[in-house]
Amino acid sequence: MKQENNKEHKFGMVIDLDKCTGCGSCMVSCMSENNVPFKEDESNKKDSITWMRVYKLTNGKSFPDTETAYLPRPCMHCAGKGGHGHSPCVSVCPATATEYGHDTGIVSQIYTRCFGCRYCMGACPYHARYFNWWDPKWPEGMENYLSPNVSPRMRGVVEKCSFCYHRYQAARDKAYHEGRNDIEENEFQTACTTACPAGAIVFGDLNNPAHKVHQIVKPDPHPDKWNRHVVGKSRNPKVFRLLERLGTNPKIYYLSEREWIRRKGDNYLDGEWDKIKNHHGSSSHG
Amino acid sequence: MSEIENKAENGSMESAGECTAGDTKDDKGLGLGVIFFIVAFVVCFLSGTLLFPKLLYSKKEQPFNFDHALHVSEAGDCETCHSLRDDGTFAGIPKLETCLDCHSEDVLGDSKDEAVFVEKYVSKEKEVPWYIYSRQPDSVFFSHAAHIDGAGMDCVTCHGPIGKSTSLKPYEENRITGYSRDIWGKNIFGIKKHSWDRMKMDDCAECHKKETGFKGYCFQCHK
Repeated sequence: MKQENNKEHKFGMVIDLDKCTGCGSCMVSCMSENNVPFKEDESNKKDSITWMRVYKLTNGKSFPDTETAYLPRPCMHCAGKGGHGHSPCVSVCPATATEYGHDTGIVSQIYTRCFGCRYCMGACPYHARYFNWWDPKWPEGMENYLSPNVSPRMRGVVEKCSFCYHRYQAARDKAYHEGRNDIEENEFQTACTTACPAGAIVFGDLNNPAHKVHQIVKPDPHPDKWNRHVVGKSRNPKVFRLLERLGTNPKIYYLSEREWIRRKGDNYLDGEWDKIKNHHGSSSHG
Repeated sequence: MSEIENKAENGSMESAGECTAGDTKDDKGLGLGVIFFIVAFVVCFLSGTLLFPKLLYSKKEQPFNFDHALHVSEAGDCETCHSLRDDGTFAGIPKLETCLDCHSEDVLGDSKDEAVFVEKYVSKEKEVPWYIYSRQPDSVFFSHAAHIDGAGMDCVTCHGPIGKSTSLKPYEENRITGYSRDIWGKNIFGIKKHSWDRMKMDDCAECHKKETGFKGYCFQCHK
């Protein structure tokens, strides 16, 4: 079949934190696109489900030097150590309910297979996974607004960002029907990407040099020479990943001109940052 | 010898005595036991294979009978009515609008099913509430485009020779899951003779493994 012969994709995202205004459009569009249930009290963060969540960062200085930035956090779709697909969540799942797709680089979550042990939530260093403590409840009539392309989840299962995989499925359907072998860059874009009014999110195939995400990130084709677990590191010094030194190899990259923001990407010890600020994730300096 | 040992010895003696006593009677007892076992097995087996499916599946008749063979001979092939949309999604069972390309309020043939169709649905502009034999659970994504356009497969491979049928069978719904019996397969033992006998995940995976060498990633067919 054709799709197996296709070159492997590696879908990823780069988020410009200098453009992000923290408006939360990505969170809203994500929830409505993916049938994410909302709760009576959304401020209860132990109960609410946010596949995409915007965090607030501050530089900790007082006026007039104080600065604020916002960091949207979807699932990182980690490729795991060395990029072999051993994502933290995938390697602990006892039910094979989550899997690394080597054809797309997307970490799946199969709700009908999950039995809710929540190991993956404990394993995920990014808090990207959420547990359904309750069955979803929609206000009357709102069921009609749910997307038929995303299956709703019941209580007792874990869910997370899927990179809007149903949009990839739809794009591929169209490509098959039109006799094309592959999809175009603009045919598969996540809901948060299309909703961002500032254009801060760029989504595409990290394996395809023609894609904008590849041009911004410039992923290193070789493993990092100081830490062989880290692959796909950005060769753009303004680009970093969260907790890059762990070797989880996320496919969400962040871009910022401001050094204090880039420094927030990991827990650096005193003096550590100055040594490695141009090589995020290069070494644990242990 | 202690008391306990005494007891133990007596005990074993007693039970041994019983055993030998029982053995002489056992010829008859064993025969009855075997007969009882066989009868019970047959009862359980028959109720499991004949009665249980009747209890598990509810039977529903379609709104009216549909003659696939007749329509294929009149309209050409499957794609005339069951088509892919321009965006590659599958249109499934045609809407009333598609039927009205040929049909009108005048009855074309002489079957009473068409009279029902015209009277109840065409004149009232109401969609026909067909039961769908092949409806998959909500968590399943199936791309008709990938199989028809991508792999060049025939409808028959998964749907069977439905185009040659002159009547619709009753729709059987699993009372517990709400899914059609055609998903699990007609055969209660799960024995499969044709590629279209079942539509379970393993059947998809089996064919994918054979044709592509890999059963596929979860997300290929799940949503």
